[in-house]
Amino acid sequence: MPNESESPTLSMPVSDRRDHIQGPATAAVTLVEYGDYQCPYCGEAYGVLKKLMPKLGDSARLVFRNFPLTQIHPHAEHAAEAAEAANAQGKFWKMHDILYERQTALEDEDLVSYAGEIGLDVARFQAELFERKFIDRIREDFQSGVRSGVNGTPTFFINGRRHDGPFDLQTLSEAVMMAMNSGQEARPHKHHRPQA
Amino acid sequence: MWVKNIVRFNVNARYYANCRAELVVGTIRGIEVRMKNNPTHNRIKSSAKNANGDKNGSGPLQPGTVAPNFELNSTPDQKVDLIHFRGRPVILAFYPADWSPVCGDQLALYNEILPDFNKYAAQLIGISVDGTWCHTAYAQNRQLHFPLLADFEPKGAVARMYGVYDDSVGECERALFVIDKDGIIRWSYVSPAGVNPGADGILRALESLDKKKELAHA
Repeated sequence: MPNESESPTLSMPVSDRRDHIQGPATAAVTLVEYGDYQCPYCGEAYGVLKKLMPKLGDSARLVFRNFPLTQIHPHAEHAAEAAEAANAQGKFWKMHDILYERQTALEDEDLVSYAGEIGLDVARFQAELFERKFIDRIREDFQSGVRSGVNGTPTFFINGRRHDGPFDLQTLSEAVMMAMNSGQEARPHKHHRPQA
Repeated sequence: MWVKNIVRFNVNARYYANCRAELVVGTIRGIEVRMKNNPTHNRIKSSAKNANGDKNGSGPLQPGTVAPNFELNSTPDQKVDLIHFRGRPVILAFYPADWSPVCGDQLALYNEILPDFNKYAAQLIGISVDGTWCHTAYAQNRQLHFPLLADFEPKGAVARMYGVYDDSVGECERALFVIDKDGIIRWSYVSPAGVNPGADGILRALESLDKKKELAHA
């Protein structure tokens, strides 16, 4: 039987090329969130991260991966596709933020109006959204989460290990600080790549 | 009087958007009344385990054991017999209770990845000590597409057979078993209370069943 005291680890390494990342590659701590845009707890976590990340400065970076629970959140997958379509125009985080700030309005027409609001080429956005251009990437995120032990939304991985505690500001700060302090102990994490 | 202000009260506890620990227990003057739970610390105090991870001495049935057969109700008038699934893998997910937030996450996740289980032709079965009416309401509310069995009378009898009944709280532990097509347990796992085990362990177990099958055919 698996060791119960150890939380699962991230199975798909963080990739500068593929992932949505805020913060420098040199950061001591990498916080990976698997989230769903329609999940109210991810909405809470969004507020927590908005407070937490600036405090950590260059010592931490945030990675967001999609984990839409489509059976209970009918708009989550389309919202994730909207964020990816915004990413194609270099504005992932702008769309990501607006989706969490207006979680209760995620109908397709809302998504299109947000695209206009953040200055996207709306025609391109709409075309890519409706041809479902980014669905494979979202499913890849989802599968990587399932394989890593994502067990609900949001699920966080701190330096590659699943964070099993609550995700209020204090708990999450403490968990990040702990990872930062233990960083010197050279426990190699799967997603830590040597810097070129 | 405050009570007079109650316009509507939903007896049906509705799980608020279902992805974390919050129950809408009613509506007062149009404002939802929510009961918050801490998904991680839920009942952690009552979960002291011995080294084997069980609370009643025997521990969960181990890989290599023949899965004890059972017949339980999935709805008030339908029974499910484990032996009927012989010939395909079965995932037994014992969980403490319907409606409890962590379970909600766990079953919602499994519901979402049923297509992955289907790739292995595996049948997922949820089991708790809740009664069939409770299961029916819960499954409808969460749109679950797999059976929930009622280990209701005698209470917890099947969970006891599998070594995953928690006497101290009168509920099943959060335990997973992967049973192969011949009815042999190939993987078992008991999660710490309050921690949702996810699905990675199940998928790895199903994969290794597949590999064994390939080897057998080689």
